[in-house]
Amino acid sequence: MMKSTGQSILRNGTGWLLPALIVLAWEIAARTGLISPNVMAAPSAVAEAFWRLLLSGELIRNIGVSTARALSGFVIGGSIGLIFGLANGLSGLSRNLTDTTLQMVRNIPHLALIPLVILWFGIDEEAKLFLVALGVFFPIYVNTLLGIQSVDPQLVEMGRVYGMSRTTLFFRVILPGALPAIFVGLRYALGIMWLTLIVAETIAASSGLGYMAMQAREFLLIDVVVLSILIYALLGKLADSFARLLERLTLQWHPAFQTA
Amino acid sequence: MSVIALDQKAKVARPVKETAEARALRETSPGQWFPYAAPQTQERDTRENAFSFRGISRKFGDKTVLDNIDLDVPAGQFIAVIGKSGCGKSTLLRLLTGLDKPTSGTLTVNKGTEGENRTRIMFQEPRLLPWAKIAKNVEVGLTGIAKGKEAREKSLAILDEVGLADRAEEWPSVLSGGQRQRVALARALVAHPYILALDEPLGALDALTRIEMQHLLESIWQQQAFTAVLVTHDVAEAVALADRVIVIDHGRIALDLDIPLERPRRHGSPELARLEGKILDTLFGGTD
Repeated sequence: MMKSTGQSILRNGTGWLLPALIVLAWEIAARTGLISPNVMAAPSAVAEAFWRLLLSGELIRNIGVSTARALSGFVIGGSIGLIFGLANGLSGLSRNLTDTTLQMVRNIPHLALIPLVILWFGIDEEAKLFLVALGVFFPIYVNTLLGIQSVDPQLVEMGRVYGMSRTTLFFRVILPGALPAIFVGLRYALGIMWLTLIVAETIAASSGLGYMAMQAREFLLIDVVVLSILIYALLGKLADSFARLLERLTLQWHPAFQTA
Repeated sequence: MSVIALDQKAKVARPVKETAEARALRETSPGQWFPYAAPQTQERDTRENAFSFRGISRKFGDKTVLDNIDLDVPAGQFIAVIGKSGCGKSTLLRLLTGLDKPTSGTLTVNKGTEGENRTRIMFQEPRLLPWAKIAKNVEVGLTGIAKGKEAREKSLAILDEVGLADRAEEWPSVLSGGQRQRVALARALVAHPYILALDEPLGALDALTRIEMQHLLESIWQQQAFTAVLVTHDVAEAVALADRVIVIDHGRIALDLDIPLERPRRHGSPELARLEGKILDTLFGGTD
């Protein structure tokens, strides 16, 4: 037991070794003047900016605004994607009706809609929510559909032979079978969620992390720009870790998640 | 005891598609035994029969898979159905379990006394739910029959009978092929079926596990006294387990042979070998 804990610390530790070295080299390069402060802020300057903005409350507020946008857009787009994915996976009629249309819309890069979205919603919250929801919709939809279609038909037949009702069959056989694929969609969607939000906030916003970065650019506060980028990276990683935790909790039966 | 006859002649026009099959499945679920057939009053004396086929045919397009089959199986009998692949033996089983419907003919399934009016099928693959622990998988066999604590107790009891009581809380993925098939057997038996249909359930197991499973199957059959219908391509297995062996060839019953040997039977005894030879002769044309 001790050994495995030690090993896992070591394994996690080695992952952080390279980033730590890069930060160290970066700091040295900045201190020695190898990197001009107009091009890139030193890690210590970024840390200072972090502390300053944290104390002023500006950072927390902007992170809060961005996170709220990201999550509400995700919930809206994700639920619609899940509903369409389930409906089209379970019903041929529904699939025939909507799948072609959805596949056509899917091929439009959702960020290409930004000019149109600004015309429709201005730079209000709706614009960001719309873009995030649209971006998140497709990975969830496509993977839910795929997950349901790839459920082992032999298991479905078994469930029917044993007299499972449609509801029981769905909750006991179809949904658990589709879950691994749904999680793949979820993780893709989380990545797209942050990406969309960054772009939307840098182009049209009056608050949020992207707005903070753009403001800093105006005043040549390069340390704040770098800080915003780092926080985006951190939030993205956090979301992904959360998804993986959920995955590990719900897919314990899956040989890939059994840590024996 | 009630008997429900199903005259399929009226149903010939129904298109045979996946949806029709799905429908058949729903309609044969417990508690809704062939609800579209009015209970027959002209009760034929089939009381001692678990099921009977009367002039049953099944065609897929132009191809006749089963051709006018007549078969009566007494309750409690262990019958083995043998045939080359594609001879229609699996179709026979699918008709019996309601997974498929005959093109023509009458299939009568005796419901047995209350509480055991069920036909269960055990497939070639275990078909366990990978996301349910072993005990939960066995509880699937009690869908619509028992729930909660009662279901739990029943499945633990049957798991004990197949020798897997200590594995109840494990995932199917950690079990061996033979163990998984034993779980599938437990699932099929947990509701005390009246008829147990076995579709080459031992086909994918190694030779030693097979023999072990055959013994297990035999002893449970002797205890629970259900009617067993074993479809197999293994002649030795058929004569070792069954009271009666049916050979199907080109959609017809080519041989109906009683195996009047004492149990337990010894593998490789001369008497078994003689019967085995007789069956193989029928299958491959033999000496004449």
